[in-house]
Amino acid sequence: MSNLLALAGVNTHIGHYHILQGVDFVVPHGGLTVLLGRNGAGKTTCLRTIMGLWKASAGRIDFDGADISSRSTPAVAQLGIGYVPESMGIFAGLTVRENLTLAAREGPIDTRRLDWMFGFLPALKKFWHLPAGHLSGGQKQMLAIARAIIEPRKLLLVDEPTKGLAPSIIAHMVEAFRELKRTDTTILLVEQNFDFARALGDTVAVMDSGRIVHSGSMRELADDEAQQQKLLGLSLDAHQ
Amino acid sequence: MIRQLLSGDYPRSRALTVVLLLILAGLALAPFVFPGTRSLDVAAKVCVFILLVASYDLLLGYTGIVSFAHTMFFGIGAYGIAIAASRLGPTWGSLALGSLAALVCSALLSLLIGILSLRVKTIFFAMITLAVATFFAILASQLSGFTGGEDGLTYKLPELLLPGTKLFETPLFGVEINGKIVSYYVVFFGAAMLFLALLRVVNSPFGRVLQAIRENDFRAEAIGYRSVIYRSVANCVAALAASAAGILYALWLRYAGPDTTLSFDIMVDILLIVVIGGMGTMYGAVVGATLFVIAQNYLQDLMKLASDAAVGIPLLPNLVHPDRWLLWLGILFILSVYRFPAGIVGKLRAGK
Repeated sequence: MSNLLALAGVNTHIGHYHILQGVDFVVPHGGLTVLLGRNGAGKTTCLRTIMGLWKASAGRIDFDGADISSRSTPAVAQLGIGYVPESMGIFAGLTVRENLTLAAREGPIDTRRLDWMFGFLPALKKFWHLPAGHLSGGQKQMLAIARAIIEPRKLLLVDEPTKGLAPSIIAHMVEAFRELKRTDTTILLVEQNFDFARALGDTVAVMDSGRIVHSGSMRELADDEAQQQKLLGLSLDAHQ
Repeated sequence: MIRQLLSGDYPRSRALTVVLLLILAGLALAPFVFPGTRSLDVAAKVCVFILLVASYDLLLGYTGIVSFAHTMFFGIGAYGIAIAASRLGPTWGSLALGSLAALVCSALLSLLIGILSLRVKTIFFAMITLAVATFFAILASQLSGFTGGEDGLTYKLPELLLPGTKLFETPLFGVEINGKIVSYYVVFFGAAMLFLALLRVVNSPFGRVLQAIRENDFRAEAIGYRSVIYRSVANCVAALAASAAGILYALWLRYAGPDTTLSFDIMVDILLIVVIGGMGTMYGAVVGATLFVIAQNYLQDLMKLASDAAVGIPLLPNLVHPDRWLLWLGILFILSVYRFPAGIVGKLRAGK
């Protein structure tokens, strides 16, 4: 399987802090890649660097065969990359409809696609004319995802979609992502919830202290408890 | 029809609808309902300020841009008419040329300011606009051979707009229809049409992007919108509307000077009106400008009445003496901001 996204030796500095210290990993075409790691490992910075919200100080980010490391954020988005940030970043003063209309850059919203989205994100239909700021946390997260997929995207970057959500909503979100996986969209998902990641991931990369410390198949990692302990306990040990 | 006129942006409150209809009726019928030079002056100023404040609301309320250069664009519009009319003569051609020159100048200047400085943070942009506006005011004052300096320019307008021109032999509803009335309706319809155009802008897809940028510019960029370009265009549209307000004001006053168009006091008034009326609502400009201009013009009269009525009561006549009108105006503003933190329109909408 060819790679849609490839990071090679990516370094990112935020002020005086050296956050990404030579990140190398690939996201294959189709399927869902999970980026795992503890808090502060650099996962969010990694996504923001791909989006151009932080500029990489060194290294190369290839998307669909072109280096995008020096492109502006709007230019990266226009290549077909949707981004769902950890903070959701919905526009609270605009209605659900306006949030989605805004995200549909190519023109009016495709009603068939909208109906398809309503199938697995039903709350959006119910609160179509409500200001987004009035939605619950889970509904806001659904809206943030809907906004990223309102038009077909080649790659979807999703940052910790389960953070702060109730287990019943997380179960619903698993179903929503399974529905998304049936499309052509490639997904890079940052997650700390290993159960959620295991339920959805095809491939996995584990980050620690600004580097990738493991990458491979999610099934292999899910079946290898010793490896899980080693990789996911690694950072905890380092901080004890 | 009404939906199209208002671009689907209804007042969304019965009380607000009633207030807006009253203001609209009052302004539309001002020459007949409130005859007299002073009241017509106040009504014309209300019209001009509604447009001026609405254009600033596009910047501050919808885009989150704090600019202190708005009066500069207002002044460019007024001086465009003044310079053209005084240099080229009181013809329609010179007024059209002056208006066009002012609008082009405002568009270029606002785009330049926007592209060069809208990348910086809000407070630095505000400081840059303050510096540019101050520079422009000094320039207008120094180039006295061209702008009339501190005295400003007084000029003639085409005959149709002069107070001495009678349109009909017999008065209409007891009011003589002269050039002054024609001027008023030019200001009224000009301001009304441009206000509706601004309402269309903020309710268009472009307007929604501006609101998204105001709420979260990083997120808007991540969706694919270049915030600098959108901000610059918003800055340009607001500048053009402010210049148009200046043009209308110059047509009404037949005078343009630093105090009436370029002064920092006007900038402070605009800021106050936007906040009191309600930011990001457009209708706030209508309610705020009407209340503000009326208070500015009639508070002194009201206080004189109160002062005369309170003769004999210790301290009170002195407290409400007309000379203290600015103090009371200030108190009224503090109270209204305290009482209506979301502006009058926000309060009325919350109460439905």
